[in-house]
Amino acid sequence: MTTGYFFSHRHILDIEHLSADDIDHILTTAESFKEISARPIKKVPTLRGNTIINLFFEPSTRTRLSFEIAAKRMSADTFNISASTSSTTKGETLIDTARNISAMNPDIIILRHSFSGAPHMLSQYVNAAVINAGDGTHEHPSQGLLDMMTVREHKKRLNNLKIAIIGDILHSRVAHSDILGFLRMGSEIFVYGPGTLIPPGLKELGVTVCSNMKEAVQDADVVMTLRIQKERQDDPLLPSLREYAAVYGVTAQVASWARPDALIMHPGPINRGIELMPDVADGSQSVILDQVTNGVAVRMALLYLVTGNN
Amino acid sequence: MPTSLLIKNGRIIDPANKVDCIRDLLIVDGRIADPTAVPPSESSDSSEIQEIDAAGCWVVPGLIDMHVHLREPGEEYKEDILSGTRAAAAGGFTAVACMPNTKPVNDSRAVTVLILSQAEKADARVYPVAAISQNSQGNALTEFGELKANGVVAVSDDGLPVRDSQLMRRAMEYADDHGLLVISHSEEPSLSNGVMNEGIISTRLGLKGIPTAAESIMVYREIALAECLGKRVHIAHVSCAMSAELIRSAKARGVRVTAETAPHYFTLTDEAVMGYTTNAKMNPPLRSEKDRQAIRQGLADGTFDAIATDHAPHSMLEKEVEFDRAMNGIIGLETSLPLSLALVREGVINEQKLVELMSVNPARILGVEGGTLSTGAVADVTVINLTLPLPILKSRWSRKARTRHF
Repeated sequence: MTTGYFFSHRHILDIEHLSADDIDHILTTAESFKEISARPIKKVPTLRGNTIINLFFEPSTRTRLSFEIAAKRMSADTFNISASTSSTTKGETLIDTARNISAMNPDIIILRHSFSGAPHMLSQYVNAAVINAGDGTHEHPSQGLLDMMTVREHKKRLNNLKIAIIGDILHSRVAHSDILGFLRMGSEIFVYGPGTLIPPGLKELGVTVCSNMKEAVQDADVVMTLRIQKERQDDPLLPSLREYAAVYGVTAQVASWARPDALIMHPGPINRGIELMPDVADGSQSVILDQVTNGVAVRMALLYLVTGNN
Repeated sequence: MPTSLLIKNGRIIDPANKVDCIRDLLIVDGRIADPTAVPPSESSDSSEIQEIDAAGCWVVPGLIDMHVHLREPGEEYKEDILSGTRAAAAGGFTAVACMPNTKPVNDSRAVTVLILSQAEKADARVYPVAAISQNSQGNALTEFGELKANGVVAVSDDGLPVRDSQLMRRAMEYADDHGLLVISHSEEPSLSNGVMNEGIISTRLGLKGIPTAAESIMVYREIALAECLGKRVHIAHVSCAMSAELIRSAKARGVRVTAETAPHYFTLTDEAVMGYTTNAKMNPPLRSEKDRQAIRQGLADGTFDAIATDHAPHSMLEKEVEFDRAMNGIIGLETSLPLSLALVREGVINEQKLVELMSVNPARILGVEGGTLSTGAVADVTVINLTLPLPILKSRWSRKARTRHF
């Protein structure tokens, strides 16, 4: 850790505003927490007396469970509010919901929302620390951090790596957080996907936008595949999933273009046989379940750090 | 007894008469009086003359904002005709043209008459713009003849594009019969399903983008129609370089097209949205720096005829929400002149051009009085004190809407 470093973030809203030192500090903290989850008694008293609210306006299984497990392993009291049970269905605004929750003095609010920027807005209206658990098509910072933790665990570094990200970059908040995070740590990002799913401005961010799969994956240290969202019907983005799988799916042959020790990653849930073939997802290079395991450790670190611990 | 007002020692900038000099301006009974007439001090009863010392100030024909939303009838909690015209007067405007997207839409004599009757007590002249199509639904034309007879100066479905090209063609043809201006809100709807400009900022914020092509495709449709038919069209709130270039080349070919842009497009870029600032959400959206520079160039070279604000007041209810849910628009009446004066300070346009863009041309395009200080003209006059501090203090603002960017 850098001498004199102090983690100064009250909220975790995005990766964009984290420095390399911040990311390094979060990952180091997460690494130190990882063994707690391997103990027979998986609980430490660190956050005893803290109230943590999972405020989820979008369905989520693993992210919410991961945050809840992280909180409970640190002895915090957790409460889950999901869109179906929240009063927003009665016409209450997010700000009113936030103020009401804030009036009950929680220490941390973990927000997932379908609108980009909702956590930023929430953070202006509550006293609690706000952690973004995914906002619209903007960012998913804890996922970006757990991806970086997983890569660092296997590669022992986060700089000078070639990271290939394949698929729907436009709608993927995971891709946005990964791109910003890995770039900040000194790695190179190569993306490949259908032209309809590549957002503008990537080159200005320092990303290499590839015109074919081989260019993106060749000699990569990491091949990150993204979930293709079948439910997007409003826009003629893709002719068919069949064609997507044939052109943009990561097969064993595609994976063979990467370095022999390359990591295969996916933020989940996987559409098996579409963006990622089962033999690759379950192969020896896959670290997809390590990502899930590290997710708990990263979220424990975030809860610890935003409550003022250093 | 005649009422008189003498504005003394100001710099008279009156491009319509090619006048730019320091002298007094005499107003008698609401009309500009002959400057060579007997000086008021030598008349028999000088005590009847009210005097304003305008030394160091500019005295110009009253500014006209040809594109505002006054929200009355229907959304008076955002703005109404009295509050909106108070804002106009505070910002130096003597007249405004108000768009028809009220509730109900101004597509009938009844709504037009209501607006004009409220405007009798207003602090600025109000020129109603009526809808092109009934209820702005884009299906059938409104009764241009009756609307014109009742005081409407132009037609527009502003806030919404006219999707149907045949309807737009018919509107241009029929409006010409009645001497009405057609104002186009140029937006191709199938491309504009976003919330901000499409570019690196929309990528960074994860917000859905609107490409400049959404505007320019429709700008070109209007130009093509006007060119084929030999009819007139006015393009509202131009935001991007591609549209400016289309208008520039159309004008060079002699197409009867005029265009306006707004202070936010020559002042701000999509970077203002960073932090999910809902007051920077508008339609068309704030564009890139390249577009901003092209808009400034278009003001300098005559591509744009007018600066209009698209003053679009909303309350906190529409702005203190998630960015995707926030409504489009910012207010502009109080800030338009200060921001436009900045263009003069920065050497983009000169003083005469400023007055043309904000008074002479809007009057000419709308076919309304004003825009000149000729003897006998209506005495709509704006005195600009260049030493007033900027930005304007919030507490002095005179409008209802509390959302602002500047």
